[in-house]
Amino acid sequence: MNRDRLRRLISSAFVGACALAVLLALVPLAMVLFFVVRQGIGSLNLAFFTSMPRPVGEAGGGMANAIVGTLMLTGIASLMAVPVGVMSGIYMSEYAGTWLAIALRFAADTLNGVPSIVIGVFAYGIAVLPFKQFSALAGGFALGIMMIPIIARTTEELLLLVPNALREGALALGATRARAVFTVIVPAALPGIITGIVLALARIAGETAPLLFTSFNNRFFSRALTQPISSLTVQIYTYAISPYDDWHRQAWAGALVLVGFVLTCSLLARIATARIRRLRG
Amino acid sequence: MRDLPFRIIVGAFGCVLALLVLAIGVELTRQSWLSIQKFGFHFWTTDTWDPVAGQFGALPFIWGTLYSSLLALAIAAPVALGIAIFVSELCPAWLQTPLVFLTELLAAIPSIVYGLWGIFVLVPAIRALEIWMPEPLRAIPLLSGPPLGVGMLAAGVILAVMIVPFTSAVAREVLQTVPAAQREGAYALGATRFEAIRAALFYARTGIIGSIMLGFGRALGETMAVTMVIGNNPQVSASLFAPQYTMAAVVANEFTEASDELYLHALVEIGLVLFVITLVVNAGSRLLIWGLGRSGRTRPSRVADVEASAA
Amino acid sequence: MTHQVSSPTRFTTGLSVRDGRDPALNQAPKAVKIDVEHLSFFYGVKRALEDISLQIQANLVTAFIGPSGCGKSTFLRTLNRMNDIIPGARIEGHVRIDGLDAYASGVDVVKLRRKVGMVFQKSNPFPKTIFENVAYGLRINGLAASKSELAGRVEESLKQAALWGEVKDRLHESALAMSGGQQQRLCIARALAIRPDIILMDEPASALDPIATQRIEELVYDLKQAYTIVIVTHNMQQAARISDHTAFFWLGRLVEYDRTDKIFTNPSEKLTEDYVTGRFG
Repeated sequence: MNRDRLRRLISSAFVGACALAVLLALVPLAMVLFFVVRQGIGSLNLAFFTSMPRPVGEAGGGMANAIVGTLMLTGIASLMAVPVGVMSGIYMSEYAGTWLAIALRFAADTLNGVPSIVIGVFAYGIAVLPFKQFSALAGGFALGIMMIPIIARTTEELLLLVPNALREGALALGATRARAVFTVIVPAALPGIITGIVLALARIAGETAPLLFTSFNNRFFSRALTQPISSLTVQIYTYAISPYDDWHRQAWAGALVLVGFVLTCSLLARIATARIRRLRG
Repeated sequence: MRDLPFRIIVGAFGCVLALLVLAIGVELTRQSWLSIQKFGFHFWTTDTWDPVAGQFGALPFIWGTLYSSLLALAIAAPVALGIAIFVSELCPAWLQTPLVFLTELLAAIPSIVYGLWGIFVLVPAIRALEIWMPEPLRAIPLLSGPPLGVGMLAAGVILAVMIVPFTSAVAREVLQTVPAAQREGAYALGATRFEAIRAALFYARTGIIGSIMLGFGRALGETMAVTMVIGNNPQVSASLFAPQYTMAAVVANEFTEASDELYLHALVEIGLVLFVITLVVNAGSRLLIWGLGRSGRTRPSRVADVEASAA
Repeated sequence: MTHQVSSPTRFTTGLSVRDGRDPALNQAPKAVKIDVEHLSFFYGVKRALEDISLQIQANLVTAFIGPSGCGKSTFLRTLNRMNDIIPGARIEGHVRIDGLDAYASGVDVVKLRRKVGMVFQKSNPFPKTIFENVAYGLRINGLAASKSELAGRVEESLKQAALWGEVKDRLHESALAMSGGQQQRLCIARALAIRPDIILMDEPASALDPIATQRIEELVYDLKQAYTIVIVTHNMQQAARISDHTAFFWLGRLVEYDRTDKIFTNPSEKLTEDYVTGRFG
């Protein structure tokens, strides 16, 4: 009897410990969100989005150049990563089980695990060193590499969810494989694929390390593809490690914008995914 | 075969993906050749990092990377497993989705934001802890050193926060592959919840280890947040409070300052080794996790459901 | 228990034939539409079909019956090469359609499938509108020169499938909003739209209620004026009701092939008799 009491006690303690683990993980989440909002909200106004950084000692100013820079960098990355990622995903799902599909899945998971700083070094060697010039293109290239495996894997997963009956239906009507894929299978999975792209965008928009020595940074407004360009994340980093309070405030405001963007994307993706699941029954 | 052109075109895009991984390895080797030739394996066993004198020893960075990652793992693994077990086995069904979403948010917050929070919130808190630390305790090597705030402990804590969502997500999926019969079998023998879950964990042990390794792989390569709180001092120290340095952080900090070619090549070599280490760790963890998935994915079940149906 | 054959009007005595290629089967001589010779089918090393030979005649309904796993669906799918998409599948022997070998090298699978339509067990409408579902095969095969021709062929097909009256006012609504029986008739209309010669039906009514089933059966009866129909069914009464010829499969072999009334009243094989009288399966 006593032994059983002990067993039940251990069991209850274990359940309690698991619940505690959940709370423990939510504390930093709440704290990060709380501080980002509290510290950032004060400096966040219209000027933050429309004006340029001010020199040290002058309060105010904004991150207009960095916001445009981040948009451009993610745009370049998407142009590169969406075709490669989606097509790779199509190969992995359409020819699942072939050695190339298995190799691709492994490559995608491997690439996904490569540290972002290493991607930065690689992009430096490929896209900066030969031209002796930091550039927006090099930064977009680095981010694109990070985006490819995410898009490839979500595309693969969602295409595999499309019932095989639809594929067979199209083939039985005399569709070629390509026709079946692009007119029936991909459209059926499209909402999910777009969701995956949005999540990938959210992830790379927050990347700093691959940009440090590819797109570098730029104090001025630039839209040139072959020039260094500012980005929200690198700008936050520069401000955060500086000794000036004005810049710290700007860094927090930048972080708030970034977190707001990332969380909105995650939330939208989450809602979209839930709806897709429900439609599929 | 009318499908052949389609297959070739789609496959070609796929090959871009596969070739990227190879290209990274080749390019990094090429760009670090000077350093590899000059220092050889010695590079990893000496601890003098003096760019001005042209002396490059990467031991402090290896040490700092392993130390911070293992520290993070020690903190994160129990928490992540607790979350995975709670979400997949214990909590009411309606709570599952929100909890999964919240842990996903933890993974969605950018590294730079964690770093910012680390500098301005976590580091001051740790400095306060260090100042409060009684003198006798500070005599222990693990807790020695001046109260700077920045250092190994700050890096470990922030890394732990960042890898919890990865490990818990994979561990949760792994637990869902455990057949209901495993838990039912345990319950049928009069097991308590804890004992039934222990049986499930044992059944899925390779996958669980895989999920922890995956978190370790993440921690090894994490850059920004660590760079901002670890103190960036190339020394080999056992102290949690000592400022140290990691491989990723030294590349991030010094890459654009590298004035001569040897310096640059030494930094790229650090990146190359980081690439190889994470490759091995990730491949190992994937093999463990996939191996489990292959050995029979059956209907997902949860302890809570088994209990509900038993009631 | 024994089954009463429900179609006494078609009851005539016939010669018993073991080999499906026996000319005695052609009592009312009709053209041979599908000629299968020594066909074997393998999944990897497992042989799923063993040395099957039979001839299917034009403008008749031919039913394949047998217990689950007997190979009847696999055999059906060899007739329009739907098994091609299964990795590791291999075939030996010949399938001739209108005298042309379907597996000869250089045969265009896409053209073959256009000629040999297929309706699946579970209705598989594409997630598009009703109109677009029927128009799909016409569009991808470039079979309608103009918009009005396209609309005309869609209407014609829906009428043939006895669906026009029910859907003519909601052609541009999603096909997924239809009832199960309507969806299956839509899939039949979709197959008819590209004007195949042969229609393969893989248990087309197995997921439907009795009323919807009856409508499909009536449809099959009407369609045989213009098409050659091959239907797989696990429902023996259904085979007896709608088919002219019946083939009984067991463990990947063709046990007996004869006129339907003969199979159900006076089979030559003990195995067939056991099956149709419900002694096993």
